[in-house]
Amino acid sequence: MDALLRLLRRLRILIRRQRFSSELEEEMGFHREQLEKEFREDGVDPEEARYAARRRFGSELQLREQSHDVVAFRLETVLQDLRYAARQLRRNPGFAATAVLILALGIGATTAIFSVVNPILFQPLPYPHPGRVAMIWETHGDGVPLAVSFGTFFGLRERSRSFDAIAVEKPWQPTMTSAAEPERFNGQRVTPAYFRALGIVPVLGRDFQPSDDQFKGPNVVMLSDRLWRRRFGSDAAVLGRGVTLDGNLYTVIGVMPRSFENVLDPSAELWAPLQYNPSLPPDGREWGHHLRMIGRLLPGVRLQQAANEGGAILHIWAQTHAAGYRSSGGAPSGLLVHSLQDDITRDVRPALLAILGAVALVLLIACVNVTSLLLARGGQRRGEFAMRAALGASRSRLARQWVTESLLLAVVGGVCGMVVAELGVRALVALSPPGLPRLDAIRIDGAIFTFGMAMTTLIGLGCGLVPALHISRGNLHLGIGQSSLRTVRGHHTTRRTLVVAEVALALVLLVSAGLLLRSVQRIFAVALGFDPSHLLTMQVQEAGTHFQTDADRERIFEQALEAVKHVPGVTSAAFTSQLPLSGDFESYGMQFEAWPNDQFEPAFRYAVTPDYFATMRIPLLRGRLLDERDRAGAPVVVLISESLARRKFPGKDPIGQRVRIGPDIGHADRPWDVIVGVVGDVKQVSLAVTEPDAFYTTSTQWAWVDNVQSLVVRTPTDAASLAPAVRTAIWSVDKDQPIARVATMENLIAASESQRHFALVLFEAFALVALLLAATGIYGVLSGSVTERTREIGVRSALGASRNDILALVFRQGMMLAALGVVLGLLGAFAASRALITLLFGVSPLDPLTYAGVVALLLGVAAFACLRPARRAARIDPAMTLRAE
Amino acid sequence: MSEKPELMPGTLDMLILRTLARAPLHGYGIALAIRRLSDDVLTVEEGSLYPALQRLLLRGWVKAEWKLTETRRRARFYTLTTAGRRQLGIEMSEFERMIAAIGRVLQNA
Repeated sequence: MDALLRLLRRLRILIRRQRFSSELEEEMGFHREQLEKEFREDGVDPEEARYAARRRFGSELQLREQSHDVVAFRLETVLQDLRYAARQLRRNPGFAATAVLILALGIGATTAIFSVVNPILFQPLPYPHPGRVAMIWETHGDGVPLAVSFGTFFGLRERSRSFDAIAVEKPWQPTMTSAAEPERFNGQRVTPAYFRALGIVPVLGRDFQPSDDQFKGPNVVMLSDRLWRRRFGSDAAVLGRGVTLDGNLYTVIGVMPRSFENVLDPSAELWAPLQYNPSLPPDGREWGHHLRMIGRLLPGVRLQQAANEGGAILHIWAQTHAAGYRSSGGAPSGLLVHSLQDDITRDVRPALLAILGAVALVLLIACVNVTSLLLARGGQRRGEFAMRAALGASRSRLARQWVTESLLLAVVGGVCGMVVAELGVRALVALSPPGLPRLDAIRIDGAIFTFGMAMTTLIGLGCGLVPALHISRGNLHLGIGQSSLRTVRGHHTTRRTLVVAEVALALVLLVSAGLLLRSVQRIFAVALGFDPSHLLTMQVQEAGTHFQTDADRERIFEQALEAVKHVPGVTSAAFTSQLPLSGDFESYGMQFEAWPNDQFEPAFRYAVTPDYFATMRIPLLRGRLLDERDRAGAPVVVLISESLARRKFPGKDPIGQRVRIGPDIGHADRPWDVIVGVVGDVKQVSLAVTEPDAFYTTSTQWAWVDNVQSLVVRTPTDAASLAPAVRTAIWSVDKDQPIARVATMENLIAASESQRHFALVLFEAFALVALLLAATGIYGVLSGSVTERTREIGVRSALGASRNDILALVFRQGMMLAALGVVLGLLGAFAASRALITLLFGVSPLDPLTYAGVVALLLGVAAFACLRPARRAARIDPAMTLRAE
Repeated sequence: MSEKPELMPGTLDMLILRTLARAPLHGYGIALAIRRLSDDVLTVEEGSLYPALQRLLLRGWVKAEWKLTETRRRARFYTLTTAGRRQLGIEMSEFERMIAAIGRVLQNA
């Protein structure tokens, strides 16, 4: 400990060298002056007094140098230590390579994970005053965020005094047809203050103005830097030029800067004004919950304050706009105002933190392993160190030698680790679940490198300190010629403790991985409510102005469907307004005639073509399905989901009951719709979320024709291979019809669980590494112990111990360590599994099966690791060992 | 300074620690105290206090602090730490043992 403190003091002086020198000079000067004064007071003349004082004091220059020498690191000894360390490592390449490999993996994995997690969870968003950028949701009092309607946004923008700027956005996928090849882009429809809320101004041209956002207003568009470079050759003259999007001419008014990171929609390359109707017609899209709202808070306004103010405003606003809110499922009870950073990372935070924790455990195990290796080396090099001590090396010098060696190892490991990290980051980005925010900000930069190297230095110091302390604690002089039992024993206790720690840490990781594995198994076994096999899905958009009226739109979708049905291999096909597990999320209110005091709770709205149920294989439970009779003009009929039927009509027959849906709600002048059937519940949002309330109408009987619909196609063969033919069929009807998001239903399901799956893959990898390291730890300790106990074992067998006795002896020793580690690890796992709880599904964090399985696996591997040392021990020939004595 | 008796090697540290055991002092004060207490027999080359003080600081046996003297001059005062007090005890008993041993040799040889 003393040696360490001294090292730290030396370091402090090294850092503040200037100050050290000036202070020394000052106090020496003071001393000399006092001496001079003394001599003068004794009556010596001033000139003489100065000389006398100097004589009494001694050579100041020399003394100053001596003082510096006391506190300085002697560079040449540092170099000596380094050279010596390098030689030692070269002499034992197996040891060096193992240690470097373990460290490189540990440091590399940790750095890679950290570089992914850092921009998402720790770094502020790349906007001015990022803490003031907020995401705003409506909520129905259950704390669940709900996308806002334009009506709500409009009310807040008029009346709220909390925000500098407030805006809504929705995704937009226009097709650019001005060039030879039509190309589809991702973009956003935004209200004018969108960029101001983020705090970013265009690098070229102008920002949106309120005059751009009029209903049926001018078509203007802003470009991303990427699109500007790619399609317009970075030409500043692009401003004012026209581009054709979805058949309409748009004027380019601005270009966003290259550094602009659009965290709400990283793929967006085009922005145009939203241009909703400010008269807020109660039966239009102005009341649909499909917008995301952001705001820049005024300085000093807290998130909760803004939420409270907004809630109060909405309360009054809802009374004056009751009809609008009724059509979308009722007025919200309040607002949720989150910081944008928290909001976009909310979903991934638990998984990322869990992964960060897991990789920290792996790093810890790697360090423990390397420390254990160093200790083992210490045992082998006892003689060498004793010899150096006998030749006059001080203890601190020897301790420093250890630290130098482990630092050297760590630095080599760290540099290799950076390579591992670079590869790791690429793999992580490739593997990352869709929806991981700030993907573009993930890279190994200076900050990450510093993090990695700081970690490396700490590890080097930490790992070297343990053997170094052993050196200074043990009595070195006894080491020559004979081994000090005390040192050896201390050594072994430490190594055993390390192995126990390794086993415990590995168990924590294995249990976590096991729980995740069971969760993923459970979740994929969840009943979907439809048959996902052999289903092809894609999103089809009606391309802009060619088909202005609903009737035109309807015709084009109908023709496309007809064409698809004729593709060879297609059993059935249908359109739906939203597709389960695709990320679609759209609900509308329902009003039941039988429940006059109802709050018009929202349910998922599916506007489908009649074959939807046959294609998806959603079972009909009562009544009838939709069919060709249910066309526009005919009485509107509705199917509801099983859960909704059971909740609203317990013990009654829902068939024939009457409802109003969406925009019809509250309009006493409009006819009631009739429930004609009940179908099974379907998972819409995710496999884990149970929100089964849903209603179905035919596309033609819904209030409007959706211009984006999803196509589902069932085939007896491979669904993916059918995609080109289906696409061609749709384009045979209209070559400009954009098609997006082509995927088999099975892919969609996998993607919807990709986050859990991502965490699982990493945990499995980490757990495997931990298991291997723990096994090598046990193996190493037992091997060393067998070598050192050769004599004792020889004596035992000479005294009649059978081979089995010896085997059992060594086995017992190894398994004791493993068992102890398991017990400690179980305690750790109980705690760690609580942190995992948000990632688990259908499995208790204390799931006995997982714990039992993991313990069995770990003990099995431990037993395997004991096998070889035990066999070696059993083969020891007593005659040989006794003769060798 | 060759006319004065040289200090036995290693005793300077002990003398410094001993003078500091009474009260915190600056470097000049330590030199003065050693001179006075030894009736001017032990007059070290006074500057050699400073490398010794650095060594004691490094070992954590003394602490240093800038303060004002009675004459309002800035000076660096050294204080004995607990570890320093312990070290002083060790060195003193070691020293007494050695003196006794030397005395025995001188008397009995």
